[in-house]
Amino acid sequence: MGKVLEVRWHARGGQGAKTAALMLAEAVAEMGKYVQGFPEYGPERMGAPIQAFNRISDEPIYIHSNVINPDIVMVLDPTLIGKANVTQGVPEDGIYIVNTTKTPAEVREMLGIKGGKIYTLDANQISLETIGRPIPNTPMMGAFVRATGIIPFDQFMAHMKELLAKKFKSKPEVIEGNLKAIERAYQEVKAE
Amino acid sequence: MKTKVALTGNEAVAQAMKQINPDVVAAYPITPQTEIVQIFSSFVANGEVDTEFIAVESEHSAMSAAIGAAAGGARAMTATSSQGLALMFEVVYIAASMRLPIVFPVVNRALSGPINIHCDHSDAMGLRDSGVIQLFSENAQEAYDNMIQAVRIAEHPDVRLPVMVNMDGFITSHAMDVLEVLDDETVRNFVGTYVPEDYLLDAKNPISMGNFDMYDFYFEHKRQQVEAMKAAREIIKEVGKEFAKISGREYGLIEAYKLDDADVAVVVLNSAAGTAKGVADELRAKGIRAGVLKPRVYRPFPQDEIREALKGVKAVAVMDRAETFSTCGGPMFADIRNTLYDLKNDIKVVNYIYGLGGRDLRLEHVEQVFEDLENIRKTGRVDETVKYLGLRD
Repeated sequence: MGKVLEVRWHARGGQGAKTAALMLAEAVAEMGKYVQGFPEYGPERMGAPIQAFNRISDEPIYIHSNVINPDIVMVLDPTLIGKANVTQGVPEDGIYIVNTTKTPAEVREMLGIKGGKIYTLDANQISLETIGRPIPNTPMMGAFVRATGIIPFDQFMAHMKELLAKKFKSKPEVIEGNLKAIERAYQEVKAE
Repeated sequence: MKTKVALTGNEAVAQAMKQINPDVVAAYPITPQTEIVQIFSSFVANGEVDTEFIAVESEHSAMSAAIGAAAGGARAMTATSSQGLALMFEVVYIAASMRLPIVFPVVNRALSGPINIHCDHSDAMGLRDSGVIQLFSENAQEAYDNMIQAVRIAEHPDVRLPVMVNMDGFITSHAMDVLEVLDDETVRNFVGTYVPEDYLLDAKNPISMGNFDMYDFYFEHKRQQVEAMKAAREIIKEVGKEFAKISGREYGLIEAYKLDDADVAVVVLNSAAGTAKGVADELRAKGIRAGVLKPRVYRPFPQDEIREALKGVKAVAVMDRAETFSTCGGPMFADIRNTLYDLKNDIKVVNYIYGLGGRDLRLEHVEQVFEDLENIRKTGRVDETVKYLGLRD
């Protein structure tokens, strides 16, 4: 089995982490990679901490366990840092992508880690300005593509356009905003 | 034409049902099966299928309606999980004894209590002696493929039995996975048009079905069900070979993964088989000759194939995602141990109960199982026959 890229999402119920994990899987699958996208289903309550997972590989993926040692951690809600063990099981060179107004250096201190790479973006503000509501999930995907370089950005946007058109058949007015949110996130994400 | 798509297990099964285009679907929603019914009913509403969809008030009624439809000569389906299957229990036996080829996906979920919505196999195991054929699916691809083949198996004149297609709740049903789907025409041609032999709506040949059956013939009818199950073994293989021609994916009764030269092996159903294969690969890289046996068909039980696949193995661990409360291990453990007895090869067989109520099966759990097997193989000694994986002390 080849190298499998593993992703763990930390969010609160209602922020769209499950949707993002599944959409990311769909968009990445479009380019011929093997993917998994699945949430950890608990008692589904608005605001409760939740996790979702992705696996991405060039070869078929056999494993069906939850992701325990993620290469990439996506934090949709910065208030989870310190509460949801976002660093648990992450290797030294792990990548963190955090939705926050803070700088990568500040987040590094909050996480209490030395190695790895930290990306930050204000996904709430971006989604407010582009979609009109604070739903940080789609901008996080833009940051993911920037941080991993796993797929050329133009190609990713083309897939997302298709997927969003399918998902929002009944309210096409939100498609443009979501695409803009991904694009802004891709450009505005800061790294350290 | 084949197309690679990303779908969840539920989406994949609903897609298969759409392509099969059954005459009647009667169903009641239950987590984690709900999406199948929801998606399929949207196909009905949008006129994408010709199916008569019956929204019933319970699973007992769902299977009863499917029985009525199938007895009338229709290609009928339902779908359920857990408590839904439990409520269906008595009618499933009737569907089997009336020899009705009803295909029904079961999205495996723990039985209450305590109430739980997550995966284990206690629902399917509860119906293992009901006379239905049971297929198991490792991932969305296999769930999709099994659904399509199930129609052909169920309706074969030598079989004519209901087929339950199992997949793991949430782990498979709700996870986005990559699979190849066939085009509508290919599926349509493969499943063909259902031509029932005897059915109630055949005015030229009036019959009655589901009759009172005393000590004079009940026994013979049960014996015939056994014959149908025996015939199913061959038919399942034939259909699997034919399916390979349209899909490139061949299915038998079992999947033997790296068992040819294996010293130690794990026997496991559904998604956990994938995880076990991943671990076996890692151990192989370290020089441990590990293999995995995944029964695709649990009823009828593929005794000959399992015996053949495991005959050279020194130690076997059967992993059960269901409890029997016999205090002697899980349901599949009993079947596998029984199967290996006649070989007289002194194969050590142990049992692990895992994943009840959706407890995550981690790689290190499977590694532990293989490590235990290696110890048994080296020492020839079994300290504990039945163990529990990932359980708090």
